[in-house]
Amino acid sequence: MAVALILLLVAIGSVLFHIYSPWWWTPIATNWAYIDHTINITFWITGFVFVAVIAFMAYCVFRFHHKEGRRADYNPENKRLEWWLSVGTGVGVAAMLAPGLVVWHQFVTVPADATEVEVMGQQWQWSFRLPGKDGRLGTSDVRNIAADNPMGLNHDDAHAQDDVVIENGDLHLQVGKPVKVLLRSVDVLHDFYVPEFRAKMDMVPGMVTYFWMTPIRTGTFDVLCAELCGAAHYQMRAKVIVDEEREYHAWLEQQKTFAELSPAKAIVKATYQSGGK
Amino acid sequence: MSAIILFLTVVAVIVGWWLSQQRLTAKPWLEEGPVGDFPGGDSMTWPAAKVGLGVFLAVASVLFVLFISAYSMRMSVVDWRPLPVPRLLWVNTGVLVLSSAALQWSYVAARRHDTENVMIGLLAGGASAVIFLAGQLLAWQRLGAAGYFVASNPANSFFYLLTAVHGLHLTGGLVALGRTSAKMWRGAEIAEMRLSVELCAIYWHFMLLVWLVLLGLLTGWTDDFVDICRRLLS
Amino acid sequence: MVDIPYEGIEGIPPAEVPDVELYHPRSWWTRYVFSQDAKVIAIQYSLTATAIGLVALVLSWLMRLQLGFPGTFSFIDANQYLQFITMHGMIMVIYLLTALFLGGFGNYLIPLMVGARDMVFPYVNMLSYWVYLLAVLVLASTFFVPGGPTGAGWTLYPPQAILSGTPGQDWGIILMMSSLILFIIGFTMGGLNYVVTVLQARTRGMTLMRLPLTVWGIFTATVMALLAFPALFVASVMLLLDRLLGTSFFMPSLVEMGQLSKYGGGSPLLFQHLFWFFGHPEVYIVALPAFGIVSDLISTHARKNIFGYRMMVWAIVAIGALSFIVWAHHMYVSGMFPQFGYFFATTTLIIAIPTAIKVYNWVLTLWRGDIHLTVPMLFALGFIITFVNGGLTGLFLGNVVVDVPLSDTMFVVAHFHMVMGVAPIMVVLGAIYHWYPKVTGRMLNEAMGKFHFWVTFLGAYLIFFPMHYLGLLGVPRRYFELGDATFIPSSAHSLNAFISVVALTVGFSQMVFLFNLAWSLFKGEASGGNPWRATTLEWQTPETPPGHGNWGKDLPVVYRWAYDYSVPGAAEDFIPQNQPPRARKLIQGAAS
Ligand code: HEM
Ligand SMILES: [Cu+2]
Ligand SMILES: [Cu+2]
Repeated sequence: MAVALILLLVAIGSVLFHIYSPWWWTPIATNWAYIDHTINITFWITGFVFVAVIAFMAYCVFRFHHKEGRRADYNPENKRLEWWLSVGTGVGVAAMLAPGLVVWHQFVTVPADATEVEVMGQQWQWSFRLPGKDGRLGTSDVRNIAADNPMGLNHDDAHAQDDVVIENGDLHLQVGKPVKVLLRSVDVLHDFYVPEFRAKMDMVPGMVTYFWMTPIRTGTFDVLCAELCGAAHYQMRAKVIVDEEREYHAWLEQQKTFAELSPAKAIVKATYQSGGK
Repeated sequence: MSAIILFLTVVAVIVGWWLSQQRLTAKPWLEEGPVGDFPGGDSMTWPAAKVGLGVFLAVASVLFVLFISAYSMRMSVVDWRPLPVPRLLWVNTGVLVLSSAALQWSYVAARRHDTENVMIGLLAGGASAVIFLAGQLLAWQRLGAAGYFVASNPANSFFYLLTAVHGLHLTGGLVALGRTSAKMWRGAEIAEMRLSVELCAIYWHFMLLVWLVLLGLLTGWTDDFVDICRRLLS
Repeated sequence: MVDIPYEGIEGIPPAEVPDVELYHPRSWWTRYVFSQDAKVIAIQYSLTATAIGLVALVLSWLMRLQLGFPGTFSFIDANQYLQFITMHGMIMVIYLLTALFLGGFGNYLIPLMVGARDMVFPYVNMLSYWVYLLAVLVLASTFFVPGGPTGAGWTLYPPQAILSGTPGQDWGIILMMSSLILFIIGFTMGGLNYVVTVLQARTRGMTLMRLPLTVWGIFTATVMALLAFPALFVASVMLLLDRLLGTSFFMPSLVEMGQLSKYGGGSPLLFQHLFWFFGHPEVYIVALPAFGIVSDLISTHARKNIFGYRMMVWAIVAIGALSFIVWAHHMYVSGMFPQFGYFFATTTLIIAIPTAIKVYNWVLTLWRGDIHLTVPMLFALGFIITFVNGGLTGLFLGNVVVDVPLSDTMFVVAHFHMVMGVAPIMVVLGAIYHWYPKVTGRMLNEAMGKFHFWVTFLGAYLIFFPMHYLGLLGVPRRYFELGDATFIPSSAHSLNAFISVVALTVGFSQMVFLFNLAWSLFKGEASGGNPWRATTLEWQTPETPPGHGNWGKDLPVVYRWAYDYSVPGAAEDFIPQNQPPRARKLIQGAAS
């Protein structure tokens, strides 16, 4: 029966495609291999169900398609069968959900020793900020944004003075050190997305969002924007470079702090009228 | 979103109760046979228009509750500056109560086949509803004059928005009320009109209820109320 | 055991349901244009939805041309690409599928299937269509206004949707929201009709548990839509005010094109909550009618009662209820409070259970059936495959932490196309092949139908199955072009080109279908009243196509459930619902 065969081939073809597809996730660069494992568990369970359902269907089509004189059974329901199928499904669902929730718990629990890094999105570029010697990021506000203060740092905040501000540059991270990535936007939604990191999170104007990770291998990675942010969304790129400790510090030495970037005398608060153009 | 979830829970309970009356656990393949054999499954005996209004009120309630949800979420942001509620609103509220009462009067009269009083009730109800709407516009104008513009603060924005949505719903009701009155005027049988009058009255009571809830929200009473509940619980 | 000869509808006792006063068309205009007959309104809805749906289809070709062959087509720029995805998505989800399932199939089938003469509020029903048409026209007009349609994505997320960095910020977005508001008003009018007709106008004997699953599906979906659309309404109104009056419901303080904007304090996440409070139920508003219809297609063409009817009904109701508490699974990476993730992942995965039961029951209906591989049946089989596929990938995206890497990639695009694009479209097409004879009195050509099925089904699968793997790789969605990124191998570009070629093929094969629709109207084989030998009431009308008022002099009376196929001992392999029993069926043994 051609129809049954084609249906079966769809299932088998899908599995073969899955196995031999050259398109697969990028080699991971952070501690979030757990996420990959959860995806693998999900692939196994769902793949099994997919093949089972379609194979069963194909068999039915093969075995019970209309022939002269065939008459269907009359079979309104079968409580036992339906019950067992529900329980089985429940078990399968739990087997995916449980590891998922455990990993989510890790994902939202930031370790205490994570250092903070700030990523700021704006149409259509990225800026980065690292805490200076004091280990703390200063406060910021969109209202402070000016030509010499693109990230809108607060001039009066002592913690802000030594913050390292990177505009139009690449972000460097140190391998093996957990980081809490603080995410901020000054205009629309963006999403800091590095496929190799697995983690991502939207950046929302008016809020600071975050995720955390530990880079586990060195390399240079593309940063993309994963939340539609207007016309040049697809061009909003940057790079993250994960370094060994030595290179990282060498790089850090060359960066300018906020105080160095803004002439000391220019601490004049930009006055904007709010409301009305 | 807790307000809307709470409301939908209530809807779900009602729907669930109704479904539980419908013998959803019956095995229909065993129940072959004429109608009377299997009670409880026929259409409702209410008039369709009444059920229709009921469903519509549920939809309208969802709409208002969602606005309220949005209101309470937006309210928690620091830039919220409650605006002084114009005194006029109290007068308007009184007028709307009168309007509702007039329609109730009309409905009671319709049940007694008292054409004259039905007409009086309808006209009084309609007129007072129009006065209410005019009063709301006046309140807007006063607020505007006092410098409370739509966009100057979210509290203002919500005030204008909520009153406008309520007003539009009432205006829609006025169209139905107008048609009913016109038919009465042209001398339709009162028995035929009874349902229309009843539906108008139900709708008016609903609009009054919505208004009272909105008023509670806009004057901040609801906050106090929620606070008190919270304190009682803890 | 007795023989139950088929009697047609003669000999039915007069109905005790009070007969409604029918509206009578007086002229050509009120018969065919401003008609209050649900069947005419249904056709108006269907034609309008199809027309605007074709626009969305053409947009998908343009998008695929760009994605498959970036840089080749200079007439598509980045702005237009965004406008295309936005219009394509919005049209497909709302103006095509919602309108077609509820306005089209709902209007045609509900009165016929429950044994009513018409909808209960025919005038409101007519208004519903005209408001819908207006909404479609407003939407279509955005292609011609200065600045063009909005490019905010079908989710219309602020702040981006109303700021100048997004195409269509002038007129497009304003008209889009106006059109949505109109659509919701129009839908509410129609929806009241569908719900109250099912509640109030069922003919004698039509208990809820004797309703065909099609009616259950459409009914539940309508109830959900009535409760969910207000959220979109609220979101649209508030966004419109933000755009027009400068309020700050959703708009925080931000910098627009280097200038501090007038906005402040608003919450973009509030919009997302409102949008998805509508948006998730919307998925099921499209899916539940499809579930219902496909159950009836499978049962009829496999000549077997639907397996586990009661479970099917309960599952529909359970899914309908649960789908109001899962909305935030679209917001796992939106920056909302992370602890919500546990709750929404759990509720989302729980919905998989009733959904899975439905799938099992469809395939179990095939077991020991007498499967006629007609075109509607083929489409039903195609639906099962694509729906299972799309449903299972939903388990990835619903499981909060798995969604983190996959959200906003092509994996999501592939998933929702499978589950709410291809699968429901399969049902729509199957349903058209199934009911076309009732609507026109003629069969659709079968050879063309089979060709149409195979190209559409296999093509759609080839488009969207491999696309998941682009998403796994990390290709983001809503990208005009990928540009160079080190993680994307050049083979990915070949895959994109392949997908585009298939998409164009599938698109053009729909022309065969449109031709078939037109050709069969005149040249199709005459079908008679009940060509599929089906049990449900719509096939038992005295005239085909059904006349005004559907039932001639007397309403039908229902004596049995909708699935008496191949009843042991009966002469025919189907017993219409309105056929009075000669004697008690002696099938208890087989049924326990
Ligand atoms: C053969 C038919 C179809 C093709 C080739 C197609 C193709 C596409 C493409 C290329 C995109 C843009 C992907 C991106 O860059 O993000 C898209 C988006 C979308 N499509 Fe389809 N599509 C088809 C049918 C449908 C159907 C039937 C639906 C109905 C549910 C649908 C709903 C959507 C939605 C909701 C979006 C998202 C728009 C957005 O991102 O804002 N599509 N489609
Ligand atoms: Cu972006
Ligand atoms: Cu969803």
